[in-house]
Parts: sequence; C-alpha cells; structure tokens
Amino acid sequence: MARLVKRRVNARPRRRAGILARQAGRRPGPVDPHRRVFLRLHVNGADHTIAVAPHRTLLEILREDLGLTGTKHGCELGECGTCTVLLDGIPVLSCLALGLECDDRPVVTVEGLADGPTPHPLQEAFTELGAAQCGYCTPGILCAAKALLEADPDPNRDAIREALSGNLCRCTGYIKIFEAVELAAKRRREPRAAPSRETLFGRRD
Amino acid sequence: MMRLPPCGYIAPATLAEATAILRDEGPEAAILAGGTDLLAKMKRRQQRPSTLVGLRRVVGLRGVRGGPRSGLRIGAMTTLAELERHEAVRAHYPGLHQALRSIATPLLRNAGTIGGNLCLDTRCNYYDQSFEWRRAINFCMKCDGDVCWVAPGSDVCLAVASSDAAPVLCAFGARLVLAGPRGERTIEAKDLYRRDGIRFLAKDPAEILAAVLLPPAGRLRSSYSKLRRRGSFDFPVLGVAACLRFDRDVVADARLWLTAVSMAPVQAEEAERALVGRPLTGASIDEAAECAWARAKPVDNTDFTVRWRKEMTRHHVRQALGALTSSVRFA
Repeated sequence: MARLVKRRVNARPRRRAGILARQAGRRPGPVDPHRRVFLRLHVNGADHTIAVAPHRTLLEILREDLGLTGTKHGCELGECGTCTVLLDGIPVLSCLALGLECDDRPVVTVEGLADGPTPHPLQEAFTELGAAQCGYCTPGILCAAKALLEADPDPNRDAIREALSGNLCRCTGYIKIFEAVELAAKRRREPRAAPSRETLFGRRD
Repeated sequence: MMRLPPCGYIAPATLAEATAILRDEGPEAAILAGGTDLLAKMKRRQQRPSTLVGLRRVVGLRGVRGGPRSGLRIGAMTTLAELERHEAVRAHYPGLHQALRSIATPLLRNAGTIGGNLCLDTRCNYYDQSFEWRRAINFCMKCDGDVCWVAPGSDVCLAVASSDAAPVLCAFGARLVLAGPRGERTIEAKDLYRRDGIRFLAKDPAEILAAVLLPPAGRLRSSYSKLRRRGSFDFPVLGVAACLRFDRDVVADARLWLTAVSMAPVQAEEAERALVGRPLTGASIDEAAECAWARAKPVDNTDFTVRWRKEMTRHHVRQALGALTSSVRFA
C-alpha cells in the first residue's frame, strides 16, 4: 500500500492530449514546466529581464535571481508576512505571487524605500525607536506601513494595528512598531517632530 | 525554501480562451486567481496541477457594476480588499462586508479574490499539513490516500467548507455566473456546493466562476458572525450568516446559513421558520438558535473540540440575529 502511494506521489506529470494538440499548432499553449521563459520585472525603479521557470515565486526571483535579499522568507505559506512587497503599490505576499503574474508590473521591496543615501522616514523612525529586535519581520512591516501611510497619512492606532495585522513579530510585542509608524506619520507633517513622552519614558506625565 | 512543484503556466486574455484551455488540459489543470490558497497548497504538495491557468489578464472579470437598487454584479477576479472598500457593499450588504473583513489578513485580501474565496478548498486537520506529516499517516482520502482519518468508516471525505463569503452569498440568495466551453450559465450560489470534501464544487473543471450577482439590497438586513481562535487571522471554525427581510416590524423572510460545520454551507431551515411571521424578539432568536444548534453537526477535524463548536452555534446565531435589531433582550 505504502509503495503504491509513493509511486503516485513521485510520478512525473503525464503528457496530455492538450499538449499534443498544441504542438499541432491549434492554440498557443501553456509555458512548458521544464522550460524557462523571459520575464520583465520593474523592481525598485530598475528594469530587469530574466529567464525563469514558470513555477518560481516572486520571492524566489527577488532573492535568488536579483540578489535582493532584503525581502525575507519566513513561513512561505502566507501566514507570517515577512515577504511582503509592494506590487502596483499594494502590499502583497511575494511568497504567494507567481513571478510570471508580475510581468511588467512595478515591484517595490525594502531596498527601494530609501531615497539614495537617505533612509525612508519609516526606516528612520524604526531605527530611532528601536522598533526591531531580531529584525526578521521588519522589511515586510516597512512595506506594509509605507502603503498604509500613502493611503492614510494620519492613521490612528487601530488603523495601524489592522494594516499590520498580517505581519507577525515575535520579539517586540508590536508597541514599538506602532509608535514608530505613528512617529513617521507625524514627521511627514512636522519634519522635526520628536517622539512622544510615552514612547520615550513609558508614561505620559 | 519551500518550492512550488514544477508546472506549466498560461495567462489567456478571454474567458472563451481560458475555458478552451481548461477543457484541453483536463482536470489536471488548475485555475489561478489570487493564488493565496492554491499556491500554498501546491507548496505542501496537497495539489499538483500540471498547468496553472492564470485569470489575471482576462478582461471584464474585475470590478463591481450596478448599485444597491438594481443589485450588484461582482467580477470574480475582484480582490477581497477592493470589494471590502466598495461603498455599496459596505452600506447595503453589511453581512458581506463583515465576512470579507474577517477573511485572512489585509495582505492576503489584497491578493485573494472573491471568486477564489467561493471556490476555496475544503479544510481538515489531516489534510492541511506538510507533505511529510501526511506521509507519516499514509495520507488521507482527500489527497494521495484512501482512508478518512476523521471517520475511518466514511465513504465520503468530511473536510469542511471554510469560505466566509459563501454562507453570506447563500443567505443573500446570490447567483453565480459560470462560463464554460459551451457558454455561460447562471446558478444559485447554494448550488455551487456539494456535501463531499473532495468534489466540493458542483461545476465542471473547465467552467470558470465569472461573476457574482447580488440581488437588490431593498430592505434586506444582514450580518455575519464568525468563531475562530485568533481574532486577527484565522479560517472559520463556525460562521453564521443571517439575512432578513422585514415588513414593518415583522420578519417577512429569513435566511440563516452556517459554515464550517459540514462539507458545504448548511441552511438552517427550521431556524428560518422560527423567525418568519413575527417580530424579531429575544424569544424568536432563542428559538432559532436552538433549531440551528440541532442542525450543526461538526466533526472533529478543525480547531477546538466538537462539542464546544456545536455549543457555540447557539451563541453565534444569537449574535448574528441580535445585530439585526437594536432592541432585543434575551431570555
């Protein structure tokens, strides 16, 4: 029984009638699983054309083909959020995005947040307030927070909590992260704004 | 890195092309919408499609048309986030809005689609596991094996329906447009589901769910109540969708659907009968909760204990119906 099951599991994909029909020239067919295809990606403002196999995820392409290892791989099943990138300006999980589905669409990763040598206000605030401990969740949180601030320049705590609810952090307890996002939002209005007393001293008085 | 199994990919530009490809490729091809369910399942080797047919480029599948007076036509590729933000959905179909907001996380809702959620794979403790875990128990009948570990005597797979949107759309009496190689057909939302954890969709593999048709909002009042372990991010362990139409104070029409208690969404008809023809009061809600409790028959294949899940049906029916009236006191 066990052997029977194993054989089914390891069987190579069978050739199907559809593929034969396509070879006869009836209709353009799917990309062959074992062949690479060219993919155009716009990552952080730069254009790349790379050859990828159809089953590669955006996360694998970013990290392995483009060397952009700022985007982290965590659970790879859509549960932890550390692989979050901005696709068309919207935060999505790159572990669950097929590379070929991102053809010709702008992608922004954590490497693309800074403006040359100047860090993004969110990055400044995270550093200043120590909103990271191990830092593994930080790239995903920065991308999700950037999208939030672009949609809502002055989010309240609940809005931040909700926007980051798909990004797990097992170190900080989130408070410092929320405070850093609030500080970054405040600095968009007043560039010299200081962290609140509660953030610095743990109490308001 | 957890890799996807090698597979082909094609992104057709029209529905006709897509259905023709699905017909040619046979049941081994899979439809790729948002990918949030399918790609994770492929990584764990729960599904191994030969070809992914991506619907992203198909024109006309995305967006919402119509209004609350005429009813809404929701393209199946509309993302859950877009739908959640839609003004008419928020204001006139609150039950759907609540259900959408309870699905996964904002990041997943940005990618996941309404069509994908309606066709969500059924879930089970013995199926939603890594390949190595499932191999260690010699697999189950839903994937690679031949026995149901929840009920080894069962002929049918007992994996549970876990879509949050499905019970709400059933309660609204929504209709679904299916596009197939031989043209389009429209079915009732409830007729999409079958009580079989493996073949849980009553549609041909070559058919594509193209649109959801919501009826005019009229005087419908709706709500959704969901039980899950984590408030921020979990599949339903129980979901109760209620949709009532009032004639002055009296309930003229009631629909109450439960999810995650069976392989398909379940209609609690006795509970509906207990509500119709009288005002919505604490007494009628208690009666409906009792009827719905009798109707819920969860099996031991998701989170929490079975008895408690069944017990919570009463509570969540009260919560869903209680939300539809502001002046109800419970007995």
